[in-house]
Amino acid sequence: MKVRVLHIATNTFREAVRDRVLYNLIAFALLLSGAAILVGQISIDIEKLVVINLGLTAVSLFGVVIAIFIGIGLVSKEIEKRTLYTVLSRPVRRWEFIVGKFFGLAGTLVVNTFFMAIGVFAALFYVSHKFVRADALILIALYFIVLEFLIICSLSLLFSSFSSPLLSAVFAFSLFVIGSFAEDLRGFAAMAHGFTRWLVTGAAYLVPNFSAFNIVGSIAHEQPVARQLIWHNTLYALFYAAMALSGAVLIFEHRNLK
Amino acid sequence: MPAIEILGLEKTYMVGFWRKRPKRALSPLRLIVEDGEIFGFLGPNGAGKTTTLKLLMGLVFPTSGSARLLGQGWTDPEVKAQIGFLPEQPYFYDHLTAHELLNYYAQLSGVPAKERSRRVDSMLDRVGLKDVYGVHLRKFSKGMLQRVGIAQAILHDPKLVFFDEPMSGLDPMGRREVRDLMEQLKQEGKTVFFSTHILSDAEALCDRVAIIHKGELRGIGAVADLTSSVQGKVEVIWQGTQIPASVKALGAECHVTGVTVRAIIDESQQDAAIDALRREHLRMIALTPVRTSLEAYFVERLQRAETTAGRTV
Repeated sequence: MKVRVLHIATNTFREAVRDRVLYNLIAFALLLSGAAILVGQISIDIEKLVVINLGLTAVSLFGVVIAIFIGIGLVSKEIEKRTLYTVLSRPVRRWEFIVGKFFGLAGTLVVNTFFMAIGVFAALFYVSHKFVRADALILIALYFIVLEFLIICSLSLLFSSFSSPLLSAVFAFSLFVIGSFAEDLRGFAAMAHGFTRWLVTGAAYLVPNFSAFNIVGSIAHEQPVARQLIWHNTLYALFYAAMALSGAVLIFEHRNLK
Repeated sequence: MPAIEILGLEKTYMVGFWRKRPKRALSPLRLIVEDGEIFGFLGPNGAGKTTTLKLLMGLVFPTSGSARLLGQGWTDPEVKAQIGFLPEQPYFYDHLTAHELLNYYAQLSGVPAKERSRRVDSMLDRVGLKDVYGVHLRKFSKGMLQRVGIAQAILHDPKLVFFDEPMSGLDPMGRREVRDLMEQLKQEGKTVFFSTHILSDAEALCDRVAIIHKGELRGIGAVADLTSSVQGKVEVIWQGTQIPASVKALGAECHVTGVTVRAIIDESQQDAAIDALRREHLRMIALTPVRTSLEAYFVERLQRAETTAGRTV
């Protein structure tokens, strides 16, 4: 059973790679190289700050776009093209298919992030000509970005398990935007009263709290990251992704593949 | 032990956006397919053939009823290791080669790793695709995809194979090859269940057929039995182009084709017709009873169904 999940994940990864998904890395490399050269020429003393901010934000945005656009098609495209029929007519359980797809997409994003991280460090080296100990903090920011991708992958799969690719993209992207302001939403909930307070608090805790994963600003200023935050974000991302994935499995288990 | 036991499988879909209404795709279906048979599932487009296959494959869930495949529950994932399925107009992962695709399916079907490569190669050879190594499936023609589909269905040496319109998209040679392959599968002791609306294929291949129309089973039986209902007529063929008046007088329906004449007459008149030909010194080539073709049987069942439905309305 574990092996079947692995085979499905490998096939998903291979399909994504051959679907020229990793071509975005070229765009990313060009963007960062261009930005590093430009920043080197126009910034005074804050080149590093700008490169880290720009680089990590680009890693996050590129990854989110890939996660959403591949994730939303993972199930619906297979149903639409009927490739799923020849998979599920084998000794493959529906949950194995969903979990395999999730790991395949997550693997694609991890590889993608790895190469983009090399680009970020290369751009950083270009502007500062050396690495310092504090640069290792960038790895923590990248780790948080990967955790963010896990949540987005699972949400994309969840939406893909019951709605069309277009609606799934709208739902997933909306949740990403709302989730990026989750802390503000929680602050707003604290100020509200009565029923509105309950409603907004519920919504604020239901949407993924992506703002907790965004430490790009503090990393750029070389501020240390609390170990507690690393643990908290890891557990939160795993729990949230597991919940969304369970929802996707639950829906998909009962879906008629017309 | 029957290979397939369909125990009242029924499927009703809810259609419509705001006001959902039920639409029955398959009325409770009872069907038994014996081990080692080639069984044809016939019906016009939209009859419920694909719905039945999807139900058996667990792709859609029945409104009621159940089924047993190879003596086990049809929802048991382990029974699927012994089943092969070719969907109608199959489509596969564009970015894989046929070799990679079959390897992936072999992995999912639990084919041991050391056997996989040999099995994939021999299967590609069997369906005539051994020369397309390295070509991505998006460059395949419809007929080639159909061959890949057939290969993936029998790759893991299943005991029971389901084909949904297996001849679709194939040229005459390809159709012949698939027919030969199905016969080979039968000789290997496998059970083949295939849906088609091409009756000549079913007549040539099947031990038994079932006819389905508008989701209801309209007839079932051995092809030989269904086509053996003699219509009380015989066909007489003789050499030449001459039609004796005494034969015409018997009420014969005569057709001249090249240098032979074919006459259909009542069985009771056959001796008189033979005597007439002898008197005229004409050489008789054949005398055979006229049998119902599978097509005639099929049309008759469908027309009967329409009449019954009309009366009900």
